[in-house]
Amino acid sequence: MNEAVRNPAEPIIEIENLSISFFTRKGEIPAVMDFSCTVMPGEAMGIVGESGCGKSTVSLGIMRDLSNIGKIVGGRIKFQGKDMGELSEEELRAIRGNKIAMIYQEPMASLNPAMKVGQQLMEVPLIHDKVSKEEAYKRALEMVRSVRLPDPERMMRSFPHQLSGGQQQRIVIAMALLSKPALLLLDEPTTALDVTVEAGIVDLVKGLGEKFGTSMIFVSHNLGLILETCDRITVMYSGEAVETGKIKDVFDRMRHPYTQGLFRSIPLPGADKNSRPLISIPGQLPLPHERPKGCNFGPRCHHFVEGVCNAAEIPMIAVEGHEGHFSRCVRFNEIDWEALPPGAKKVNERIEPGAPVLKIEDLRKYYKVGGSEVFGSSGGRVVKANETISFMARESETVAIVGESGCGKSTLAKVLLGLETASSGSVTLGNKQIESTSVEKRSVETVSSIQMVFQNPFDTLNPSHTVGSQIIRTLEKFNVGKTVADRRKRMLELLDLVKLPRAFETRKPRQLSGGQKQRIGVARAFAGDAKVVVADEPVSALDVSVQAAVTELLMDIQRKNKTTMLFISHDLSVVRYIADRVVVMYLGYIVEQGTTDQIFSPPYHPYTEALLSAIPIADTSVIKKHIVLEGDIPSAMNPPTGCPFQTRCGYKKLVPDNLCETQVPPVKNLGDGHMSLCWLADDVLAKMEPVIKFDKEHAAHEGVPDDAPQGAAGPGFAGAPPKRPRGKRPKLTDG
Amino acid sequence: MLSFILRRLGTMALTMLCLTLVVFFLINLDPNLKKLAISQTEMHTSAEQLESWLVNHGYRQNFFSRYAQWLGIAPKQPVINPETGEPTKRFSFCNDPVVPTFSGVLQGDFGCSTKFKTTVASKLFPALGATGILMFWVLVVMVPISLLIGILAGMREGTRTDRTLSVASIASTATPEYVSGVIFTVIFASWLGWLNGSAASASRGITFYNFTLPVMTLAIYGIGYIARMTRASMVEVMTQQYIRTARLKGLSFGSVVVKHALRNALIAPFTVIMLQFPWLLTGVVIVEVMFRYQGFGYTLVEAAGNNDIDLLLGCSLVSVFIVLITQLISDVGYAFLNPRIRVQ
Ligand SMILES: Nc1ncnc2c1ncn2[C@@H]1O[C@H](COP(=O)(O)OP(=O)(O)O)[C@@H](O)[C@H]1O
Ligand code: SF4
Ligand code: SF4
Ligand SMILES: [Mg+2]
Repeated sequence: MNEAVRNPAEPIIEIENLSISFFTRKGEIPAVMDFSCTVMPGEAMGIVGESGCGKSTVSLGIMRDLSNIGKIVGGRIKFQGKDMGELSEEELRAIRGNKIAMIYQEPMASLNPAMKVGQQLMEVPLIHDKVSKEEAYKRALEMVRSVRLPDPERMMRSFPHQLSGGQQQRIVIAMALLSKPALLLLDEPTTALDVTVEAGIVDLVKGLGEKFGTSMIFVSHNLGLILETCDRITVMYSGEAVETGKIKDVFDRMRHPYTQGLFRSIPLPGADKNSRPLISIPGQLPLPHERPKGCNFGPRCHHFVEGVCNAAEIPMIAVEGHEGHFSRCVRFNEIDWEALPPGAKKVNERIEPGAPVLKIEDLRKYYKVGGSEVFGSSGGRVVKANETISFMARESETVAIVGESGCGKSTLAKVLLGLETASSGSVTLGNKQIESTSVEKRSVETVSSIQMVFQNPFDTLNPSHTVGSQIIRTLEKFNVGKTVADRRKRMLELLDLVKLPRAFETRKPRQLSGGQKQRIGVARAFAGDAKVVVADEPVSALDVSVQAAVTELLMDIQRKNKTTMLFISHDLSVVRYIADRVVVMYLGYIVEQGTTDQIFSPPYHPYTEALLSAIPIADTSVIKKHIVLEGDIPSAMNPPTGCPFQTRCGYKKLVPDNLCETQVPPVKNLGDGHMSLCWLADDVLAKMEPVIKFDKEHAAHEGVPDDAPQGAAGPGFAGAPPKRPRGKRPKLTDG
Repeated sequence: MLSFILRRLGTMALTMLCLTLVVFFLINLDPNLKKLAISQTEMHTSAEQLESWLVNHGYRQNFFSRYAQWLGIAPKQPVINPETGEPTKRFSFCNDPVVPTFSGVLQGDFGCSTKFKTTVASKLFPALGATGILMFWVLVVMVPISLLIGILAGMREGTRTDRTLSVASIASTATPEYVSGVIFTVIFASWLGWLNGSAASASRGITFYNFTLPVMTLAIYGIGYIARMTRASMVEVMTQQYIRTARLKGLSFGSVVVKHALRNALIAPFTVIMLQFPWLLTGVVIVEVMFRYQGFGYTLVEAAGNNDIDLLLGCSLVSVFIVLITQLISDVGYAFLNPRIRVQ
């Protein structure tokens, strides 16, 4: 960080015991309670927590922009020594967008659709520095250049909708940095973006932060991102900060059970579905008006002790030996940090995949688009959504399909389910060809044997019918059961299967939480004894602590029913955890496929390598090879010639004769069914290094077992260090 | 864009064709023709005389050939005077051709008004001009006031300004023209005597005294409607994230509204204003009759009341044209205001 700006005595922002409430018709909703944090110049503070825990409210509270129903009901925010609460409207405006700037989650929504990007950027220097139009234009252009956007002059003349999501976010960042703010608030700035684009943005923000010496408050639900960007972290739960401290202290030696629960429920390297399954946090986030007395986390905490944890409100308690490390838990010195919650599974039995169930050969799906709109344009264009897709899935096997937006994952799923028919090639389910039978024409048996779990459980449930009747409808459709009583019995069994109480039969979808709705989605998919279940990002819309539970549930049912699962995802961490085999897609092509081990160790396909490097990992001992892809994913309407990845590939220059730009590479067999679509020669492939490595030194002075941090016997630690999400796989270390 | 406009114009022509055919059919139903014959001949004429009047004036020719003649795609046939055997004009007061010629709408001949004893064109177009003047003043009053009310109300949702203005708008749309017209006349003309309750003299010269009441009556109704649309649109825009972005950039509330909210908020009301035209037409009929102003609506009522076939057809043609053209303008204008639509 920039030393020149750092004045260690004077924090940029000091939040003391901040409480914010929304006053609605139903009464007061305390959204944030007793929140304190300090950010020094040049420092980056991360705030993590699940949705609704008050992260955004804190950042809007700092801006004093809480709409007309939100009020700061307690505490103070001091910005550069001044109390924000005492500022007049005018002084506040002089700070907003000037000394404190904000970057939001949805770049498209945060830019004015009817105003050119240039004008929106120029406003900032025009208001705050009162410069001339020409000067403002010059500064804006300069900033567009420093956020590394191509063709800055054209960008300035564009409307927001003419840019891609990544470009829009860069514009928002440029807008925030134009006035060289002292503090930058980032509210989930990359959640809406693809992983490789996210990596680019994170890199940019970090670089610019260092260049301008800006302090940052980085709000996210992703622990990995926080690790990559921040110096300190505050974990929020249900409106309160529950733990805060230096990244390393909190990640390696957390002192709050909720923090530990979060770490245990994300698939860090080392988690394994058979030997080290994830452990989810039971229950769900309490609603603001249903918070318990005492510790908010009490009802979900397996260290809860009656009369201790719920006796009184719990203050932040300093953790001895760590500077600035606090935890809102009264028992952290007595807890056995290694103990697994009662009932947590220790190992799962390994299941060997059986005979092939689903075979896809040379599948293509082309869409015709446009053409009819304007008089002259003849014929229209063809979008190649899927090109030469071939792979196979066996009984009880989980095949992950990985790729970013527009790579053709969802099209593939639609073809498999008969929502679209293939343009050519074949899909064989069991012994039936199904590629050209649309879902209406499929037999009940085929329909029930290939089913789908959707990303957004809300979209597929009818809000006005009870959960039970909706499952029964599905059973009727699949001809399961002869009588009404039969079906009801089966429905109750399905509820048991997805671990929902039978009483949920009579509930309406709106009475369920996101995770519970997704369980209903799972129940419906398995209602007709599906042989193949296509799960399209089934957990990515859910909160971290429920993700693990739904993932585990899916796998349990799969194990029991010997189902084949196609797991569509963009997140390689989850994929590594759940999949037996992996198919990596890019722009309609399968660029690499193989077993999970083959995909996660070199040689890689250059795209897989970049994807691996882009995934933020919440583990302090991981060292990643740093690969940031230039630019955006090309549009499928206008794909590059030759190799689909050639516009962003860093290895292109190692291939002779410009082959990458002119010809689609052949599918190369790297041994044992490991296929890669790339021109790279064997000697280059052989030299590839693993992307993810564990810092041996770090691990060494962490001591054994592998995740015990240094100074385990240091002052202030009464208990043993927390067992983090179950260690690491040594195998990965030697790649 | 051009092809879009061309296609829309094509659709328009087709719609007008179909609609006039329907209207043509309806007013040429036998009872309607009988009524016309009765009104055009002396009292107590016998059934045969009526029939011969209809034959003599060409009303008994084949339906489709008459429609084609009216349209101008078939030559207009003169009628044969049964006494002389000579081809003559259908109506003496119009210069109908005495030899078969193409003379229909396409050639610019709208036919003959039996009620006003003149050509349709010479009656209809001055009336349209008069209504145009009325509309112009209505718009001049209505649009700025309603947008202002809508924006002021929607700018800060839920404040007292908002509630007051919203109640006023609802009250004004809930009151039909014939009610508000009567109330205004009673108050301003009968009691206070400030304004003239009749706009008949306005044909000879518009004054504040004779023209305010019709304009006010028409505008009040539209104001409420457009203001409510604008308010809804403004309220929605004000909750958008880009408004927060603008606010957190440090812009003052005024600049946020003017620079960022207005244009986006006006997209919806613009369409509404354009679609308001057809509605204004109905209002025009009521108001013109009520205040005895010789405009399009007045003409329409007279034509309908006397089964004046050609005039009625001319009026419906004009109405359909106005409805469709305002829709076209609203679509084009919408695309212009909203850059996201423009690209396609
Ligand atoms: N405008 C609002 N009106 C009422 N309640 C709100 C409003 N904004 C946020 N809340 C409540 O405040 C709590 C915290 O929300 P938020 O700060 O958005 O959480 P996060 O950003 O962590 O997802 C939630 O319970 C939410 O329902
Ligand atoms: S205070 Fe008690 S319930 Fe709360 S986190 Fe600590 S141990 Fe768990
Ligand atoms: S073929 Fe060329 S451009 Fe494509 S991935 Fe391989 S090296 Fe990169
Ligand atoms: Mg949020």
